[in-house]
Amino acid sequence: MNQWKNFSKGFLKENPVFVLLLGMCPTLGVTSSAINGLGMGLATTFVLLMSNIVVSLVKSAIPEKVRIPAFIVIIATFVTIVQLTMQAFVPALYKSLGLFIPLIVVNCIVLGRAEAFASKNNVGSSAIDGLGIGLGFTFALVLLGGIREILGSGKIFNITIYPENYVTLVFVLAPGAFIVLGYLIALINRMKKN
Amino acid sequence: MNYLVIVIGAILVNNIVLMQFLGICPFLGVSKKVSTGIGMTGAVAFVMILATIVTYLIQNYVLEKFGLGFLQTIAFILVIASLVQMVEIILKKVSPPLYQALGIFLPLITTNCAILGVAILTVQNEFNLLEGVIFSTSHAIGFGLALIIFAGIREHLDLQDVPKGLKGTPIALITAGILAMAFMGFSGLV
Repeated sequence: MNQWKNFSKGFLKENPVFVLLLGMCPTLGVTSSAINGLGMGLATTFVLLMSNIVVSLVKSAIPEKVRIPAFIVIIATFVTIVQLTMQAFVPALYKSLGLFIPLIVVNCIVLGRAEAFASKNNVGSSAIDGLGIGLGFTFALVLLGGIREILGSGKIFNITIYPENYVTLVFVLAPGAFIVLGYLIALINRMKKN
Repeated sequence: MNYLVIVIGAILVNNIVLMQFLGICPFLGVSKKVSTGIGMTGAVAFVMILATIVTYLIQNYVLEKFGLGFLQTIAFILVIASLVQMVEIILKKVSPPLYQALGIFLPLITTNCAILGVAILTVQNEFNLLEGVIFSTSHAIGFGLALIIFAGIREHLDLQDVPKGLKGTPIALITAGILAMAFMGFSGLV
């Protein structure tokens, strides 16, 4: 029960994007379509899961004072693994996510979980925490990407929903990202109050 | 002429915050007042230009020379983190007033993706050192421009009667969206 709570908190209660407002750059930058959001979310989830596991394994060996640089090196290692893997196996997705893959290193969610959770808890709970927060992040990105894709291009996962003549192009461009996220957060704040 | 294209492209057309979504955290976090916005801009500009120069040298004279290209992400983030730390220590000794002004913003900069982003973009675009410096300076100006305009709007926004659900972050994001729309007017300029 407790582990389930630990896992599921990332989706709504402590959703990194909608509630904690962390990792905003990739959230806004890559969500021009649901599939991009999914790719970015899963890449971040992998980094989050692995870095949480490793940080929690080596936490007692790292001196207190150099822990942040040590965490960053661990995170950067997994980011490089993701980067090279994606470049080799899904080059199209890698190209459309572009700069935001190496920038997972500076995603505050990853370092935040390493510092706030993995450095204080055992391997099992850290892995579950990483997976939960990561999937919550993915959920937020797919939701945001899906809404923008439907409004901006009339499609979702390349399935046409309504003809292109009726689309509002601005939603797949930069301003749409800010506006859709703003209204989504307003909606979630509203739901939390009730 | 080529340099002018880099400058206008970086400040207006591909504005780092509003068009490329880099450095959103400080953009939303320290934009409540114009004065803090100016302080943050100063700190970002300082570190961004310095980081671009150092990472450029490392990329070209260490990583590429020894075929270590795959270490780029790790090397760059370590360089930026230690650079920020070093700048902080040096400023504290050499120029206490400047340290007072920038001090609180410096530690925040390590996790500012704009710095790492511009460093990587400089390498990706295969700029030489001078172009890299111009590129990072322009991006820093673009960051400051967006941040200060946005802070100015938010100061006024505080006095307005905003619907309850939209208060705080939501209205800030929507404002940023409208600002981004205004910046879209520059597209096609270069």
